[in-house]
Amino acid sequence: MITVIDYGVGNLLSIRNMLHRLGVASRISGDPADVMASAKIILPGIGAFGHGMTRLKSLGLDEALNRRVLDDGVPILGICLGMQLFSRRSEEGEVDGLGWLPADSVVFDNTRLRPRDRVPHMGWSEVAVRGNSRLLSPGDEQSRFYFVHSYHLVFDNPGEVTGWSTHGYSFASMVESGNIAGVQFHPEKSHRYGMAVLRNFAERY
Amino acid sequence: MIPVLLLSGAGLVKTVRFGRPVYVGDPINTLRIFNEKEVDEIVVLDIDATNRGQPPDVRKVEELAGECFMPLAYGGGITTVRQIAEILHAGAEKVVLNSALVSHPQTIVEGARRFGSQSIVVSIDVRHRLLRGNRVFTRGGTRANDMDPVKAACRAVDLGAGELLLNSIDRDGTYQGYDVELVRSVASAVPIPVVACGGARNVSDMLLVVQEGHASAAAAGSMFVFQGVHRAVLVNFPNVSVLDEQLFTPLGRELDV
Repeated sequence: MITVIDYGVGNLLSIRNMLHRLGVASRISGDPADVMASAKIILPGIGAFGHGMTRLKSLGLDEALNRRVLDDGVPILGICLGMQLFSRRSEEGEVDGLGWLPADSVVFDNTRLRPRDRVPHMGWSEVAVRGNSRLLSPGDEQSRFYFVHSYHLVFDNPGEVTGWSTHGYSFASMVESGNIAGVQFHPEKSHRYGMAVLRNFAERY
Repeated sequence: MIPVLLLSGAGLVKTVRFGRPVYVGDPINTLRIFNEKEVDEIVVLDIDATNRGQPPDVRKVEELAGECFMPLAYGGGITTVRQIAEILHAGAEKVVLNSALVSHPQTIVEGARRFGSQSIVVSIDVRHRLLRGNRVFTRGGTRANDMDPVKAACRAVDLGAGELLLNSIDRDGTYQGYDVELVRSVASAVPIPVVACGGARNVSDMLLVVQEGHASAAAAGSMFVFQGVHRAVLVNFPNVSVLDEQLFTPLGRELDV
């Protein structure tokens, strides 16, 4: 059973419906007890970093996630803001992130964008797979994914990044570090390419 | 290549020249069919909302967005920034504003400022008038505005629109092909993507409006929901390899945005 964490940031139905289509059992829940009882977790999210983190804390989900992911090694997939919350902090706000990944969340660097590159980055982009990825296979280079974001992660050591995309410059769009995985794009809005990512998370993690 | 679905009441309809709505099916079932295809975006417009002066049905958006395994642009009856916020929060990626270009321009300005231009699509409905040439119509094509489409497009850009959906009312549902000249006149006048709509019969029409009309994408309604000359309802979408071959290869992948 995959728990899709509901902390009040965005519509989670398309994630649940896509998992259902794949024949993967899931439930949407914001109850820490469900997090403690689940074998796999998806942390979705859109919007502001500080707001998302504050919501997790006020529901007691940060503690449950720390115990389940860090102590018990349960696989977790962060999507968009969900992945960014795994980092230490964001330029966006004062609130610290979960701090699981040696990375910070930064806004797209305007000085490195071309005039036609808007922020937020919104649209379909490719993901170049690097290193050992379980979410995508090297043969999936043709895959395209839908992105909507103004911030991206910058890692101390780019070795943990398994997918790179380009918006003006190259940024980390997929990370896989042990039981912790994250994607900057929205698999639930990337039709069959996104389905492959969710299926791989369900089967290979 | 973008399907445009029209909501009326609880069902989906297809129009001819913005009139004669014919029921084509249940929205959820139709979206599920498109989920099987490689549709890169879908547009759903509530054609009752504006005409009846109703606000957008956010519950409906939530339900539709939950069934969409692709980005959703939703329009119909949007007049306030609060409605834009609610629709985006309900799971749509973009909102489509039409009558607001004339009646609530400040909503476009404020919406673009708060959510980014990329989320704000302005749709422009154009009908040819005998002595005046191409003119913009609002309120589902019922209200004439003495505005030239190119001027309307430039105004939408100035207000903060990130994308235009350009409809030819005269071609809507007619399978006569796109009004390529209209599309080119607008696309060459604005720096933002222009999605052409109205008149598509087949993939060749789409290719033409992209290559000759400089549209950044081609949208269609009837072509995706009817089959054959008798307009039998059959939701369909061209095979992606055919699309790639005919649409994208000649122009390179940068089109494929």
